Amino acid sequence: MKEDKTMSKFKLITDGLVKNNPTFVLLLGMCPTLATTTSAINGLSMGLATLFVLVLSNMAISAIAPVVPDKVHIPVYIVVIATFVTLLQLLMQAYTPAMYETLGLFIPLIVVNCIVLGRAEAFANKHGVGESALDGIGVGLGFTCSLTVLGLVREILGSGSAFGYNFIGGHDGMLAFVMAPGAFLCLGYLMVLFNKFLKKN
Amino acid sequence: MAVKSNLINMVAVLGLTCLFCSGVLGGAYVLTKEPIDKAAAEKTNKAISQVLPSFTEVKYNEADHYYTATDGETLVGYAIESTVVGFGGPLSLIVGITPDGVVYNTSVLSHAETPGLGAKCTTDAKFMDQWKGFDPSIKKLSVKKDGGDVDAITASTITSRAYTLAVENALNTFKEIAGQAGNDEIVMPDSDRASNEGGQDNE
Repeated sequence: MKEDKTMSKFKLITDGLVKNNPTFVLLLGMCPTLATTTSAINGLSMGLATLFVLVLSNMAISAIAPVVPDKVHIPVYIVVIATFVTLLQLLMQAYTPAMYETLGLFIPLIVVNCIVLGRAEAFANKHGVGESALDGIGVGLGFTCSLTVLGLVREILGSGSAFGYNFIGGHDGMLAFVMAPGAFLCLGYLMVLFNKFLKKN
Repeated sequence: MAVKSNLINMVAVLGLTCLFCSGVLGGAYVLTKEPIDKAAAEKTNKAISQVLPSFTEVKYNEADHYYTATDGETLVGYAIESTVVGFGGPLSLIVGITPDGVVYNTSVLSHAETPGLGAKCTTDAKFMDQWKGFDPSIKKLSVKKDGGDVDAITASTITSRAYTLAVENALNTFKEIAGQAGNDEIVMPDSDRASNEGGQDNE
């Protein structure tokens, strides 16, 4: 019985990583996915920022859900999510100004990222605080990993570097991959690979 | 699950949520204000010390957006903020100019250029180094494609042109400052573009 419970908790996290992977399976949050993954570091930071908001908003929403009247639940959730996003923005501006410079433009967009509201609607308002936090961690990690991989592939092809380390000695990479068309191409191929791998298992 | 809605509980829950959230954000704003201001000031100071030789004191001229750096009594140079329209949006530079009218160095304050292309104006050593000691009385201030002496960034001529224009604007501002100071020993090459100092519209 006890083992069952830990199994299901573990499953909550792996579900978010694989079966419910927000980028490659659910296709949610495409705007930040395509826009911020010009390098692995950018993708990683955007993923972590979303993870932060997702875990906290999932927890807060699962805590207040029982007292929120049906007709105003969306506005209440949006206010909660927007609060966490603004909090994150202020904290980043204060303590990681360099990171804020590259991601600053996209941070406010987390408010309307459908992953966050989607998890609030589909999971957090039906489950307890602990489970919602785990779901937030799982989906957030799934989003972070996908963005990092996508960013890494685009960085390797487009700029000839990985995590900022250049290995083609200052030459130009295939620049198209750094720009929007390359984002769509890479995302498409990664999605194919991911789903092929998923079906095999 | 959710409670049945009526006017009173809807107003109460939404009102309380907003009140609570504004409280949290107000608190966070007060707490982070100091570090945010400090980070911004640090960034500007770093940029100034990057574009000018060592100095002990800086004074900011708010009207014309430039810093005057002095070392004791001697004037070290001016760090002039200059904003132009780049390829992707405003391109904001700080240009250090020594009293003899030579560019000491330049640094990008903020930009919105394409990553991998125009954004190289902050990393491309060859492009950045050519501004060190750029003397506008010897070299022509426009990109090579336009018949000047500035090496453009590969595949980013528009960004390079914007960068060059920003430096030119800064030099024009410098001319005005130097003129005001009654220092007419400085000989500057004529510029065909109208003086148009930037510095506003910092993103």
